[in-house]
Amino acid sequence: MFGYYLDLALRSLKRNKVLTALMVLAIAVGIGASMTTLTVMHLLSGDPLPGRSARIFYPQVDAYPEHKDTDEPVDMLDYRTAMDLWSAHRADRQALVADSVAQVVAPSSSVPATMQTMLSTTSDFFPMLGTTFRYGGGWRAEDDARHARLAVISEDLNNKLFGGGDSVGKTLRVGNTDLRIVGVLGRWRPSPLFYEVNGGRFMHGRTSPYYSKPQDVMLPFATALDIDDGHFSIFTCWASGSTDLKASQKNWPCVWIGLWVELGNAGKVAAYRQFVADYAAQQKALGRFNHAGNTRLRSLMGWLDYNGVVPGDVRLQAWLAFAFLGICLFNTIGLLLAKFLRRSGEIGVRRALGASRMAVFEQCLVEAGLIGLLGGIGGWLLTLAGLWLVRRQPAEYADLAHLDLPMFLVTFALAIAASLLAGVLPAVRASRVAPALQLKTL
Amino acid sequence: MDILPILSTLRRHKITALLVILEIALTCAIVCNAVFLIGQRLERMQMPSGVAEQELVQVQAASIGKQPGANARTQEDLAALRQIPGVTAATLVNEVPFTNSSWNSGIKLDPTQKQATLNATMYFGENVVGTFGARLIAGRDFQAEEYLDFDTVQKAQKVPPQNAVVMITRALGEKLWPGQSPLGKTVYLGEDAIRVVGLVEALIRPALFGGDATAQWTLILPVRMNTGNASRYVLRAAPGERERVMAAAGAALHKADPHRVILEKKTLEQIRREFFQNDRAMAGLLAGVCVALLVVTALGIVGLGSFWVAQRRRQIGVRRALGATRANILHYFQTENFLLATIGIVLGMALAYGINLFLMAHYELPRLPAVYFPVGAVALWLIGQLAVLGPALRAAAVPPVVATRSV
Repeated sequence: MFGYYLDLALRSLKRNKVLTALMVLAIAVGIGASMTTLTVMHLLSGDPLPGRSARIFYPQVDAYPEHKDTDEPVDMLDYRTAMDLWSAHRADRQALVADSVAQVVAPSSSVPATMQTMLSTTSDFFPMLGTTFRYGGGWRAEDDARHARLAVISEDLNNKLFGGGDSVGKTLRVGNTDLRIVGVLGRWRPSPLFYEVNGGRFMHGRTSPYYSKPQDVMLPFATALDIDDGHFSIFTCWASGSTDLKASQKNWPCVWIGLWVELGNAGKVAAYRQFVADYAAQQKALGRFNHAGNTRLRSLMGWLDYNGVVPGDVRLQAWLAFAFLGICLFNTIGLLLAKFLRRSGEIGVRRALGASRMAVFEQCLVEAGLIGLLGGIGGWLLTLAGLWLVRRQPAEYADLAHLDLPMFLVTFALAIAASLLAGVLPAVRASRVAPALQLKTL
Repeated sequence: MDILPILSTLRRHKITALLVILEIALTCAIVCNAVFLIGQRLERMQMPSGVAEQELVQVQAASIGKQPGANARTQEDLAALRQIPGVTAATLVNEVPFTNSSWNSGIKLDPTQKQATLNATMYFGENVVGTFGARLIAGRDFQAEEYLDFDTVQKAQKVPPQNAVVMITRALGEKLWPGQSPLGKTVYLGEDAIRVVGLVEALIRPALFGGDATAQWTLILPVRMNTGNASRYVLRAAPGERERVMAAAGAALHKADPHRVILEKKTLEQIRREFFQNDRAMAGLLAGVCVALLVVTALGIVGLGSFWVAQRRRQIGVRRALGATRANILHYFQTENFLLATIGIVLGMALAYGINLFLMAHYELPRLPAVYFPVGAVALWLIGQLAVLGPALRAAAVPPVVATRSV
């Protein structure tokens, strides 16, 4: 029966090409708009570390003296707190992160020196986040301890400086210091770049910088402190009498370090939460903090959520696209109604010949579904065009905008679901056509 | 035109009529809000900076860490830059408008305050006001002996009183001391008491993370930068000279120190354009959506109008046979559309207001100005009339003889 209905639907669609084209176009445009924004939302609100993120946490201890226990803690740690928590090794793995800017050049390459934002971190960073390596690997804990002069670089930088060859063992000059390259990262593009996410509540929805690419140069935190002291990006500072900014950045009244920890099970999470709270209380007792009641241990996804990482504009676009789809659906309902009721005579004959209301209803829905399928194909093409437009936007996440398989399937599912939904009312009306009345007017 | 027969006809086509009304209402609500959002974005892009935007270029050269003789190096650099033909002023500053990188500090009105009154940005550099072309509206600019080196200020426990002076923007003065002249008043930066000696019309802060309302909370301090602690050279030249000056400045800085990395050479206009590029993209997108929505709605009206005309062909023939003119038939469909559009617009306005309340709660938007309602209504009436014109003309063309066939 389905095949017969499909045949009828095709004939019906061919009969009034303009009306068919209008309906298919309305669905295609609505689906194209909503799938473009939905795909961007899906990419931006996804899990940056699938399979790992549930075990990764971000401890916060509030060193900011103007805060009270009722305030949210400041987003990063001061040097002393970061080092105390990190060197306690109470988590399964722990890594410090801080950014600093330096001049980077490869003496063996003719590429001129550039200024780079480098990631200073510790050895656990790579196994904890599951980064893949094209060549070589990360460094070990003892390299952190001995301030080893080494670095891990990104695939992009490796292509630029060394033409994509195995550069492990080659030299990278950062400032005036030579570092030995020990690893080249493989393709790795966590979205968002979660370990750089902070201060979201001050961003007013302009959060697209969270989706930038990982740093091209990563080096041991202790090494970076030796060679690039005073050039680390700072989250915020506070006044504390006299501060000698000539002294090491370690002693500045500033927060500028993030700590990420891996905790394998709920028991460890609870224990670590207690450890962080106890640490703050102890520091308060020592007089270093003036409050200690607002420590936090947010999970990775919880931290992203707290920072509202999906840009406000993207969310607004998604709302707009779905309202647009709604209008396209109203349009389709009206046109389907017109189409079905115009065939009242034909439907009357079918009913008189014994077709049940259900059969007429099904036939109409098959026709609506077919329109949805055609609209889905158009919508898919428009989604590809829409994503191409997104990629040309000046946003950091632009290069991420591609249609993956799940979203490809969702496109067609949404198109057919939308057209069936739009078809229900017209189909009900069509199935209610009174056969006798129609036959009389034939 | 008598509207009662139209109403009674519509009552027999409730669902179709309702669909048209809902479509118009939704379109009206969304287009009103989208146009409002476009307006907001365009307005944001017009944000005044207070500087001579058409005359400024920025050349950013990487500072290569702390180095001996940075002050001398800086003076050599600036002397070389000032010698470039066409350059009317050049200086080295810590921050530049629209670059998203700013130096900020909490300021207090009373040194015993626990919390800072507000957070303002701080411009450092020689002759910031003159080079940027900011307009001094009261008080005075800094005198040469008031400038201190940035490194000296950092090391000092306290800024000497004769150097503790600041210029602020009018907006910041109004915020700190509403209705009073800020000249001679004191603000506290950390523990230093600093006297306001000058007032500039405007000087925008480089990053707007504190929200657009804080855009003009700016301090200008008499602090001299050097190549060890600042990287942004600002040059002023006539608009037509900028490209040449920029190239010459890059070459001059490279010549003075071949190891230096020139990070960026841009006119302030370029920098401004990039700063607002997201707003521009969003405004374009919203405009596209508005056009698409109106087209879809118009097509929907055309489709349903055609259907109605086809369905009522015989009745139209009967009316024509009974003496109705073509104009009567045309007006019938136009009035019908006008009625539907009016109901849709009324519903749409209520919905537009609701959406606006939602946006106000979630996106820090102001209230929708009342002027959008009549403008939106007229636009939708016009689109409805245009869309229905085709089907209505076809209806008017139905010959009376139709009435006599197949009855």
